[in-house]
Amino acid sequence: MSQSALTADRGVSWPSNGISEVPFRVYTDRAQYDREQERLFQGPTWNYLCLAVELAKPGDFVSTTIGEAAVIVVRDASGAINAFVNRCVHRGNLLCLERQGNVKEFSCIYHGWTYNLTGQLTGVAFEHGVQRQGGMPDDFHKEEHTLRRLRVAELGGLVFGTFSDATPDLETWLGEDVTRGLKRVMNRTPHVLGRSTQILPNNWKLYFENVKDTYHASILHLFLTTFRINRLSMPGGIFINRDGGSHYSFAKLDYAAEDADYQHAQLRSDSEFRLNDNSVVESIDEYGDAISVQILTIMPGMVLQQVRNTIAVRVIRPRGVDRTELEWIHLGFDSDDEAMTERRLRQGNLIGPAGYIAMEDGCIGGFVQRALQYNDDGAGLVMMGGHEAESQSFRASEAAIRGFWKHYRALMGG
Amino acid sequence: MNDLATRLGAEDLIGEYAERIDEDRLEEWPDLFADPCRYLVISRSNHEAGMRQGVMYAASRGMLLDRVFSIRRANLFEPHRYRHAIGPIRFKSIEGDVAVVNAHFIVARIMQDGLTSLFATGRYLDRIDISRVPFRFQERIVVLDSDKIDTLLAIPL
Repeated sequence: MSQSALTADRGVSWPSNGISEVPFRVYTDRAQYDREQERLFQGPTWNYLCLAVELAKPGDFVSTTIGEAAVIVVRDASGAINAFVNRCVHRGNLLCLERQGNVKEFSCIYHGWTYNLTGQLTGVAFEHGVQRQGGMPDDFHKEEHTLRRLRVAELGGLVFGTFSDATPDLETWLGEDVTRGLKRVMNRTPHVLGRSTQILPNNWKLYFENVKDTYHASILHLFLTTFRINRLSMPGGIFINRDGGSHYSFAKLDYAAEDADYQHAQLRSDSEFRLNDNSVVESIDEYGDAISVQILTIMPGMVLQQVRNTIAVRVIRPRGVDRTELEWIHLGFDSDDEAMTERRLRQGNLIGPAGYIAMEDGCIGGFVQRALQYNDDGAGLVMMGGHEAESQSFRASEAAIRGFWKHYRALMGG
Repeated sequence: MNDLATRLGAEDLIGEYAERIDEDRLEEWPDLFADPCRYLVISRSNHEAGMRQGVMYAASRGMLLDRVFSIRRANLFEPHRYRHAIGPIRFKSIEGDVAVVNAHFIVARIMQDGLTSLFATGRYLDRIDISRVPFRFQERIVVLDSDKIDTLLAIPL
């Protein structure tokens, strides 16, 4: 290929109006990345901000990001949760540097401008000058200045924010199925067991697609098959919401049969293919519905997972065309006893940056990204299970990935 | 057992630990732990906040062995090795049969193409069983200075 062919015609062009062929340049194009920040992360979508329990008292705040944009979430004196951009109206400085804490007001370190917990500008240092010299002009009125506010919604103890006035209310936007899936997992008061952040050397969409990809699970992740676990899993299904970008997939497990199988395995001699210590997978049916895996995604960058007794929120944060931060927030519930907590901690080995059934997802996107380096013409195929993005009763399917592209194309306008 | 012999025994265990990992003798790594034991890789921010969920956790030698089996047979990732630099080693106290020892570490990660990068820094918080020779880790908490892990953590730190 000539040099001109490599450098000409940059930009994303879709082979059709469909969603089962995805141009590789969506993962490499800088202009596309910039538009995603505007149209997806700051567009009509609900983005995970924090847990409601992290904002227990008035003045409790969390600073985070939606996409790349810095935002603050805080509970005010009335008990309401407010969110606004973490950017002083004066010179654009980061208003809040700490990740989490409690404040009476926000005060900018640069020139001392202060804001109350609703984001209203309340104080300007030397507003009337020093000894009547200088000061802000008469046409400046601080009550006219407020931090850019986000709309906030809470569901199942999770706090979400949206930049857009056009986003429908959260439950309507998620749809009945995904709302039900979220409420199922978050049915008690959560607390954080621990956090970690994985730096992924790839475009954020490669990870979000991976989570929606029920096809790869038993092929890329060999832990369960190597140690002959999960042979007793029963079929599940996929629910995709109307827009397509949010979904959940689930699978059931015959817990009692698995338990019996472990007992039986103790007597057998093929220990090479057996875990020495089963406690990493020994789980209980804590929801009473036999569902052992439920992976739920919310457009554009949140995952809520139940894998056996591990409960976690994952937040996908783009940090450049080919770099993504993935935060894992491991949860327990206030009703857990010590045995339940220990069970969750041990099964915690299954997930996260060192997870037995997750670590491959940390590198696979980077391998794709490397392959696309100046080799990003053409389109990938997402056709397993058809061309549409409908809910399905089987999981060897790429329907949820197609759902993502359906929503993506609608939001991006092309 | 006199104090100097205890110190030498603990230093030997800590050195042996790094050597077995860095020289890819992972199958011999679990032998350095008592059974039951506690091995936990956790970030400082989690540890200091009293949170217990780390990124790698074992409560028995069996769980350590399973980690090695899984790395060798099940998990897929780009081949790489570590190089540990450890020190200073600080002897904090002796509580009966247990020596409480801390050590600083830096770990470089060397990918198959030779790309070498600083992968992790932190402290080992050790409780070492000194009741018999050779000594064994009763508990090793690997406290990572950073919350962030590049790409993935396959090989134990």
